[in-house]
Amino acid sequence: MAMIRTLSEALTGTSVDLAPGAKVLEVADLELSFGGTQAIDGVSFDVDRGELFAIIGPNGAGKTSIFNCLSGVYRPQAGTISYLGDDLLGHRPHAVAERGIARMFQNIELFDNLTVLDNLMLGRHLHLDYSTFSAIVYHGRAKQRELTNRRIVEDIIDFLEIEAFRKFPGGMLPYGVKKRVELGRALAMEPKLLLLDEPVAGMNVEETEDMARFILDIRAELDLTMILVEHDMGLVMDLADRILAVDFGRPLALGTPREVQGDPAVIAAYLGETDEDAAPLDAAAGPAADQTSL
Amino acid sequence: MTSRTATSTPASSPSTPTVPPTGSSAKTSSRLRRGRPELYTDYAADMAMFNTPAKRLWTGLLLVGLLILPFYLDRSWTSLFITVFIFAIGAIGLNLVSGYAGQVSLGHAFFIGLGAFTAAYFGGTDPNFLGLGLDMAIWLPMAGIVPAIVGWAVAPLASRVRGLYLAIVTLGLLFVGGHFFNEFTSLTGGPNLGRTAAPPVLFGVDFSSAGPLLGIEMTARQRIYFLTLVFVIVAAVLARNLTRSKVGRAFAAVRDRDIAAEVMGVPLARTKQSAFAISSFYAGICGGLISLTSGGRLDPINFAGAEGLFLSVTFLAMVLIGGPATISGSLMGAAFVVFLPRFVETVAHYVPAIGSSGLFSVQQLENILFGVFIVAFLILEPRGLFGLWLRVRNYWKAYPFSY
Ligand SMILES: Nc1ncnc2c1ncn2[C@@H]1O[C@H](COP(=O)(O)OP(=O)(O)OP(=O)(O)O)[C@@H](O)[C@H]1O
Ligand SMILES: [Mg+2]
Repeated sequence: MAMIRTLSEALTGTSVDLAPGAKVLEVADLELSFGGTQAIDGVSFDVDRGELFAIIGPNGAGKTSIFNCLSGVYRPQAGTISYLGDDLLGHRPHAVAERGIARMFQNIELFDNLTVLDNLMLGRHLHLDYSTFSAIVYHGRAKQRELTNRRIVEDIIDFLEIEAFRKFPGGMLPYGVKKRVELGRALAMEPKLLLLDEPVAGMNVEETEDMARFILDIRAELDLTMILVEHDMGLVMDLADRILAVDFGRPLALGTPREVQGDPAVIAAYLGETDEDAAPLDAAAGPAADQTSL
Repeated sequence: MTSRTATSTPASSPSTPTVPPTGSSAKTSSRLRRGRPELYTDYAADMAMFNTPAKRLWTGLLLVGLLILPFYLDRSWTSLFITVFIFAIGAIGLNLVSGYAGQVSLGHAFFIGLGAFTAAYFGGTDPNFLGLGLDMAIWLPMAGIVPAIVGWAVAPLASRVRGLYLAIVTLGLLFVGGHFFNEFTSLTGGPNLGRTAAPPVLFGVDFSSAGPLLGIEMTARQRIYFLTLVFVIVAAVLARNLTRSKVGRAFAAVRDRDIAAEVMGVPLARTKQSAFAISSFYAGICGGLISLTSGGRLDPINFAGAEGLFLSVTFLAMVLIGGPATISGSLMGAAFVVFLPRFVETVAHYVPAIGSSGLFSVQQLENILFGVFIVAFLILEPRGLFGLWLRVRNYWKAYPFSY
């Protein structure tokens, strides 16, 4: 019987050693276009160790495209991405994952035919250091590694409160649980940088509050650096240390929530989009209490 | 779809790290409760291959049945079972690459042929053809290794394309390979002529002649039956190990969502390459043994061109009918495909519309039924015979409740 461990006891590889003043991520002058559409147009930002950095912007602003460049799914035409002093450009996604970048997807990308357990174990793929030959024999090293990693996965299951779904196939889960499992799968990778693409999109108030709580707990326990893309302004204003606002691929503003919130270019971008006043940009009292989606 | 799996999962979901209320009686009481939710006290028990008493019971019964069967079967039925065992090895291989890793291959017959002639090369004793006359302990592993290497080498071509294009590329492999088989007559004997295969002499024991096996006097056929039974069991257990490991999960991830898989750290090209290599290994072992179903002769025509394509499709049928991405399904699928012609023949005796004077010939009906079953399974039960078995099992688990 395994003892229930805290997340920080289970996931020890998320801490980052950095020289003072050094950044976890530095993105400069990123450019990405698809034929005629300029998805990213000169975006630059950097992320500090342990920071929760948010990227906001109207639909089609290029937020997901930035994530896709970071994780190696898209290859930007120009710009640089430096992660822990290492040039990320030109690496395949699996090589980016090996460097410790994990991600949640905007449109859920769970493996529908694998159980929750297997989805999470897949997150441990890079930590399962045994050979294919050992896998075929399934003795000694393979068995032992599967077991220790299963224990870590169980700790994540406890943390996310999804015990009841352990053996459900990913495709059969309720929407909110799918999002949690995706978060768990990304956590299982034991990343040094976590990218969250609209973690509360389509969720009700209660689910949103749960997700906010998980994000805060992850921060508190793991001191994990995170980038959050989200339309839920209440959530962003509450959680983020700094915010980058983009529109049509171009950076509009970069600063603390208060600074970005008051930025005329940001207000204009949202006004143009929603035909409403800028009220939703006001931070709400409790976490994610403001459900207004932009 | 939803309701089907949903009925099975709640039963097993509260399982894992729960402490059983009455520690030592957990095992016995779960048996009394007819395989009702298991209470595992450690993860290893949950992760074991046969993790429920029901699975252990069924597997045990099946095994005992298979062990006594050849003493009650006539020659032709014993032969049929031998064919099932050998084909099942090939079906497992195709299921690994197509069912698990999602890479549809029509080139399976090429790898089976390659295994067959590799075996003939290393084990062949016929002075008219190339052959080293080595023991089965050497020629059988080689029959797997050589196709695995070739599979590994051609996989980078195949892993660039997917779906229909992959099917075409692997079809091309089948035709190129078939040409090679037909032309390389010093090894293969040439089309329609063929050559003698490697004799099944394992550690000096000739399994193609009658004699004692583990102290029991047996006919040659019974000895081959047990030999191939051991091989298929080993093949199935190893494949099951692979599929429950990180490799199997990576295969499924690549099949379901390749970009997400890569973002999780699964290298696409290398994973597909492993799938092709391992699948080709199984195909090669199946090929090395396949002459045991055809009187010890090999004819390259069976693995080349249209015949080869038919063989590939037959294996795809085993995977689809048995159940993609299940090892036990591969075994069921092989049994189904091998027994179907015998079943049709038997029926033909009683139904006047079938047979030489009737509406269809036996062969035609067989082909029609083949097609009908594939389509029916694809539409009605995509999980194949294995899926049907799950339904029956879940029905009895929940009995007398419907849900
Ligand atoms: N693979 C692609 N091919 C062509 N165009 C693309 C592709 N991916 C993104 N785009 C385009 O790039 C622009 C930015 O898209 P992106 O998905 O990054 O926006 P987003 O900010 O994430 O929007 P949302 O809030 O709706 O998720 C859009 O105009 C989109 O149509
Ligand atoms: Mg997006």
